[in-house]
Amino acid sequence: MNALRALVGLVAVVVALGLQTSLFPHLAWNGVVPNLVLLVVVAAALTRGPQFAVLLGFTAGVLMDLVPPADHLAGRWALALVVVAWIAGRMRSETRPSVPMVVATVAASSFVGTSVFALTGLLLRDPAIGVTEMLGVIAVALVWDLVLTPVVLPLMMRLFDGIPERGAERVRI
Amino acid sequence: MAARFVGEKRWRGFEQRQQPPRSTLIALVLASATLMVLDQQTGDSSPLEPVRSVVGEAFAPVEAVTSTAVRPFTAVPTWFRSKSDLRREISDLEAENASLRATVATSAFDANTLAEFESLTAAASDLGRALVPARVIGHGAAQSFSRTVTIDAGSSAGLAPDMTVVNSDGLVGRVLRVTPNTATVLLILDPESVVGGRIGESMEVGFLKGHGILGREGRLDLELLDQKLVPAKGDTVVTWGSDGAGPYVPGIPVGQVSDVFASVREQSHRAVIVPFVNFSALDVVGVVVAADTTSDRALVRADGKIG
Repeated sequence: MNALRALVGLVAVVVALGLQTSLFPHLAWNGVVPNLVLLVVVAAALTRGPQFAVLLGFTAGVLMDLVPPADHLAGRWALALVVVAWIAGRMRSETRPSVPMVVATVAASSFVGTSVFALTGLLLRDPAIGVTEMLGVIAVALVWDLVLTPVVLPLMMRLFDGIPERGAERVRI
Repeated sequence: MAARFVGEKRWRGFEQRQQPPRSTLIALVLASATLMVLDQQTGDSSPLEPVRSVVGEAFAPVEAVTSTAVRPFTAVPTWFRSKSDLRREISDLEAENASLRATVATSAFDANTLAEFESLTAAASDLGRALVPARVIGHGAAQSFSRTVTIDAGSSAGLAPDMTVVNSDGLVGRVLRVTPNTATVLLILDPESVVGGRIGESMEVGFLKGHGILGREGRLDLELLDQKLVPAKGDTVVTWGSDGAGPYVPGIPVGQVSDVFASVREQSHRAVIVPFVNFSALDVVGVVVAADTTSDRALVRADGKIG
């Protein structure tokens, strides 16, 4: 675990969370905003694999659970993002991921992430919400995340990929 | 082929094929579950509350900076308006200006600050209550299935949980928790929010519940205690509370009855309320506090004066 990479991941998560709570609500559709933090975690998983991504996902999730105005039980986003990081990390291939692969991973991650969060809410009776309404939110969130994918994913993947492994020379063309 | 090879080589994803970190995954999933159970079982005395407070305080500058940078742009949609609209607004504003100028002349307070909080001072004198002015700096995502916002005033401004939050149009919500410089506000639209409401026309009481999170605009459901009573369309609803006893102070305007549905099964009527507050454009809000509160900022006094 490279300290620099962890720091870059943390900064990316904080910036994403700031934009998500203060900028995107002004563009939101019925309060559903793009889940930028999830996109950062997916980018980390696709470039760095599950080991790094689950740790980043857990940290990012705990932040999402605790930073105001969050009012749900702590640990719910943490669990959702750990699962997302794991799944997206397993999608990582031996070669540079193709565009359809990245889009499919984001779609799957967004669906799984919001769903896991919603399901923990149902189990723990945290907010009592109807299932149809949950599906609506999950669908809108999925569309938002896909819309933001072309902007966020290439940027974040280049960022995570640009930090060399410890002791490994960067291969130049 | 060669280019493809180089491209693959630059992709340093799999330099050493790592064993999937199953143990890390299990550890983190268990950690998440522990957090959830800990937070649920301990309720208000949760050991996570101080952590929330610290994290919130640390994160407040990020939210404040972002929302300050964003604020000029949130006005952009209002540029696209018709000329007659604007004319009407100008004449309205001129009239309002004239009355405000009179207010400014009689008050020693700095005119700029007054302009910023002009609607709030009017609200304070309408409601006859002292308000702590604050700005919304963060909004909760609907993905979290709750409607909450962060404001930039906290316990050092005299805020405490369960205080009523209003703006110039009406009831916004109540304070859930405070850090020294921020507070989390539960909007009345939240599905978990229940507000005691009273119909202004008939003085009948009932409960206002958040309608849920989706839907084109925020709506509230009103269930009257007297189930035989049918609210009329256009009736106004105000809060029904008591000073000191409940989270909401009485007499704050909430909204207007827009539709009434008869529920055959439950032999009662459900009224849909359109709130007076536009929740998608929340900015300056006021928190109702006792008149003698010590605060780090100027209070808007019940008579509309600031100090």
